Order: sequence, then structure tokens, then C-alpha cells
Amino acid sequence: MTHWLIAPILIPLLGGILQVFMGYAPISLRRTLAIATTVLMLVSAVVLLALASDGSYRVYAFGNWQPPFGIVLVLDRLAALMLVLTAVLGLFCHIYASGGADEGNRQFHALFLFQLMGLNIAFLTGDLFNLFVAFEVLLIASYGLLMHGGGTSRTVPGLHYVVLNLAGSALFLISVGMIYSVTGTLNMADLAVKIPQVTGSNLNLVKAGGMMLLVVFGLKAAILPLCFWLPKAYARATAPVAALFAVMTKVGIYAIVRIYPLIFGDNAGELANLGMDWLFPLALVTLSMGVIGALGADNLKTLVAWQVIISVGTLLAPISLGSEDGLSAALFYLVSTTWTVAALFLVAELVASQRGTAADKIVTAPKIPHRTFLSVLFLIGAVSASGLPPLSGFFGKLLILKSVEPGVEMAWLWGVLLVGGFLTLIAYSRAGSIVFWWNVDGHLETPEPMNNRVAVSTGILTCLTMLIVVLAGPLSDFTRATAEQLHDSQGYINILKTPMHTPQNPLVEEIN
Amino acid sequence: MELLFAIAIGALTTSGVYLLLRARTFPVVMGLTLLSYGVNLFLFASGRLATGQQPVIGTTASYSDPLPQALVLTAIVIGFAMTAFLVVLSLRNLADNENDHVDGRREATTSPSKIEQEVSSK
Repeated sequence: MTHWLIAPILIPLLGGILQVFMGYAPISLRRTLAIATTVLMLVSAVVLLALASDGSYRVYAFGNWQPPFGIVLVLDRLAALMLVLTAVLGLFCHIYASGGADEGNRQFHALFLFQLMGLNIAFLTGDLFNLFVAFEVLLIASYGLLMHGGGTSRTVPGLHYVVLNLAGSALFLISVGMIYSVTGTLNMADLAVKIPQVTGSNLNLVKAGGMMLLVVFGLKAAILPLCFWLPKAYARATAPVAALFAVMTKVGIYAIVRIYPLIFGDNAGELANLGMDWLFPLALVTLSMGVIGALGADNLKTLVAWQVIISVGTLLAPISLGSEDGLSAALFYLVSTTWTVAALFLVAELVASQRGTAADKIVTAPKIPHRTFLSVLFLIGAVSASGLPPLSGFFGKLLILKSVEPGVEMAWLWGVLLVGGFLTLIAYSRAGSIVFWWNVDGHLETPEPMNNRVAVSTGILTCLTMLIVVLAGPLSDFTRATAEQLHDSQGYINILKTPMHTPQNPLVEEIN
Repeated sequence: MELLFAIAIGALTTSGVYLLLRARTFPVVMGLTLLSYGVNLFLFASGRLATGQQPVIGTTASYSDPLPQALVLTAIVIGFAMTAFLVVLSLRNLADNENDHVDGRREATTSPSKIEQEVSSK
């Protein structure tokens, strides 16, 4: 049992608590400490990635209780990948925020760190109820972050977001209750053992529970009938917060990838591949809806917010087909799209800060300062997001297209993905040419000066897509190994047999 | 007892969902509260209903499952915090939009400034 597993949870927790008590300290000190915390978290995530890449499962049992009796943290390749993805994203968003967006709310850094902690718990936990708690931790921090910066335009989308997620939590609890009432366990490995043994009328209870769980994860991931809260909420959030939220929908996708192949996988008897028939058409419709939204967007941030929905559809389609190749391709695209979308949110905010009253609306305006820098960043982001070569979005989509086997599904997926990609390209070219090229005469009212932290963090986050291209070989090897590990559910079930170190307790011996 | 329990959960959930779909923030807050009561009772029932049994092994012949009680406790604490946040957010919405409509819509007839104008003109 290695104690490193809890580091990505403890580091932001302690850092966040420190920030709570430092509300009145000088802002430079708070920023330094907060960013140091995020850097430490990134280090711990990279260490865990190195540990996990040998392909074995590592278990951390709270209170040294043998699973399935206690809550466990489980580290495997998928968890490590998500941890590093989030930590890198969190670091750049944090640096961007320290360029000025964190002013006006003394608890910004605390909320930001608690948000990262919630995400890390969700990725590491091996217990269904603990996953619920992780969702609540990351949600309550996200409510605070969403409202950060004030402004009346954020209240109504914030209210919708909170009410929807509270209703989602209620559904989550109901489905957890249903599954527990039949199986008597909430440990994911134990569920994978118990669910195939369910028979008779109990089968329908578990089925209902499993489907409701899919609705909850669908709400988090913003699948079509449950996605309308997203564009307004994300488009109106402060840029670093919106960029961090790029990973929030991926938590829903992570939960689907974690739970469904394991618990309702091929071995689950009558409940095998529960809900996946529904997911495929919904994913394609979500993708189309996202494209339509992107074409109709009237400002840059809304455009990027719809891109979040497009990427959700693109990710879920291959996942729902259940093949190992599809899962591997989706994980590759997940890394690429999360960083790209986050970078586009930051670029949109930078453009808005330079354009005075035109802000990020897609309208003509006088020539902006730093036009070359900003337009190149937007170009890189747009090329990667719409899936053009030579950037990472292209490779992700190519892998997804290659992963489907010939058949009806292939025709639908290829059609929707390719036409969708083309229309997204139109949306980006229209937005980019109007914002950067169609300049009218006149001058802007005092654009805000761009400081180094903001420019550098946006630049590096945007260029990560090139890094993915350079490292495409190792990354796709890793995602392939991850998909293999996820499909071999026996490996996860074996964590139940983890030997626990039981220290000799003199009291127990005396009683005996 | 099962019937009574089931009816209670059903009534709480139905009223909760009905109120959740209202257009004002106050009924929505009430609806979510009722819904969470229903959900908590449901979670409690997932450990089977029994009277006079202790959640400790070995003290009585049969024992009740302690885990759902722990789950309910966690759910209550979280639900309480979330409701508190939602109440504050609703008040903020009321202050920002001078109206407690969930979409922040202002209706001409209920706008306080118009009523004041009418009163003053009379």
C-alpha cells in the first residue's frame, strides 16, 4: 500500500485550507502559495502516472479496512491519466487567474484548490458513494467559482446550474440506493462481482438504478437533452474558471468509462452493456446539436462553450460502441480536446479584453493591439478543435474514425463526425475572420494592457496541442494500454484480494 | 409499515418534482428540499425496514444494516449545505433582477416601479 495515492487529494486540501485563513494576506503571497500548491499537485500526479504505467492496480484503503468494507482509492492508468490532465490544466488556469482574474474575491484560490481536490477524489475513488461525495465537493466549489467576479448576467445561469445539479444529486442518491438495496455493496470491484449474480425481480431494480446512474453522468457530461444549461453558464463564467470547467464535462465521461465497462461490462450477464444502445445515437445528436449551436453563436465564448458539447458527442460515440480501439481513441481525443477547449476560452477572454466595448462579440471592430499574437493562438486552437491536420485534434478524430468497424454505426459516425467537423471549421473561420480581419476605422477605448502571466499561460496551453502531436506515439501507446486495462475487469476485481498490513495490536492479543 | 413508508416517499417526491418545475425560486427551493427528504427516506429504506434491531453484530439475534444510515447522514449534511447555498443564490437573483422568476424575466404587471407610478399618479 503506497501512501502516494492520497497526495493529489491532500495537497490541494491543505493548500486550500491555508488560503481560507489567508484571506487578508497580501495578494502576491496568496498567489505564490496557491500556484506552489498546484505545482506540487502536478508533481504528485506525474509521480502517480509513473507508478501506474506499469499496469498494476494500486490500492489505498482508508483506515486500513480491507476492501470492500472500507472506502478505497484505486490508482490505475485511467486515473493517473486524468490526474495529470487535470493538474496541467489547473496549473495554467491558475497562472492565468493570478494575472488579475482572482481579484475581487478573497476566497478565489481556496475555491479553485477545492475544485481541483474534488476532481482528484472523483478520479481516484473506488467506491460509488464516495464518487457521489466527490461530485458534491467539486460541484459546491464550482458553484462558487461560477459566480466569481459578480455581475448580474451570471446569476440566472448560475441558478439553473445549481438547481439542475441538485436534482442530479437526488437522482444519483436514488440510483445508489437501488443498487445497494440489491447488491449490499458500493465498492466498484465488489459490484463487478455481485451484479452478474443478480437474478429475478432484482434484475429490474439494478437495471433501473444503472440507467438512472447513466442519466446522472449524462447530466454532468452534458449529453443532448441535458446540455442546455452549459453554453450560458460557461460563456458567462470568468475565463480561467470556464477553462477549468472544460474538464468538468469530462468527469461525467470518466465516470461512464470507469463504471460501465467494469460493472455493466461484457461479463454482467443479463445486464451486459446496459444503456450503451441509447448512448450511441444520443452522442451523435449531441454532436450535431453542438455544431448547430457553434454556427449560431454570436460571441467567441459561446462558440467555445458549444465546442465543449461537440467534444462530448465526439467522445461518447466511440465509447458507447464498446470496442477497445474506440476507447483508446476516445481517451487520446479527450486529452487533446480538453486542453484545446480550455485554451480557446482563455484566448477568447484575451481578445475580449483588447476590444473594448465590442468584447468577444463576433462583430467588426477597430484593429486590436497584439493582433498577430492573439490571432495565431486562435488559429492554432481553431485548427485543433475542428480537427484539421497537423494538430492533435486531427489525430484524435482520425483514431476515432479508424476505430469503428464497418457497418451502420460506421456510416453514421463517419458522416456526422466529418460533416460536423467541416461545419465547425466554417463557424471558426467566420468568427476568426470577422474578429481579426474585418477591421473598421476608428480607435478602441483604452484596451487593458496584457500582462505576461496571462499571455504566457494562454500561449503555452494553446501550444500543448503541438506537444501532443510530438508525443503522439507514447500517448497513444498509453491510451491503448489504458483501454486494455479497462476491458480486463478481472484486474480491477482482484483489488479485493489486496493483502492488508495489520499491525500487531497488544490490546487485541490481551483480549484473546 | 412498508406501505406507509412507500406512500410517504412517493408523496414527498411528487410534491418535490411538482414544486421544482414552478417558475419562482421559492417553490423551487421548497421542491428541492422535499425531494431531498424523499431521497433520504429512500436511501434509508435500502437497508430494509425493521424495528427494534440494533446496527451492531452480536448484540441481538438479527441486526439492521448500519451502512444506509451512514449514507443518509452524509446525504443530509450535503443536502443542507446545498440548500443554504441555493437560498443565498435565490436572494441574489431577487436582488439582481428585482424579481424571483427562475429565468430572471421581468413581467410588466408585477414590476414594483410601475405599481409605484400608478399609485403616485392616483
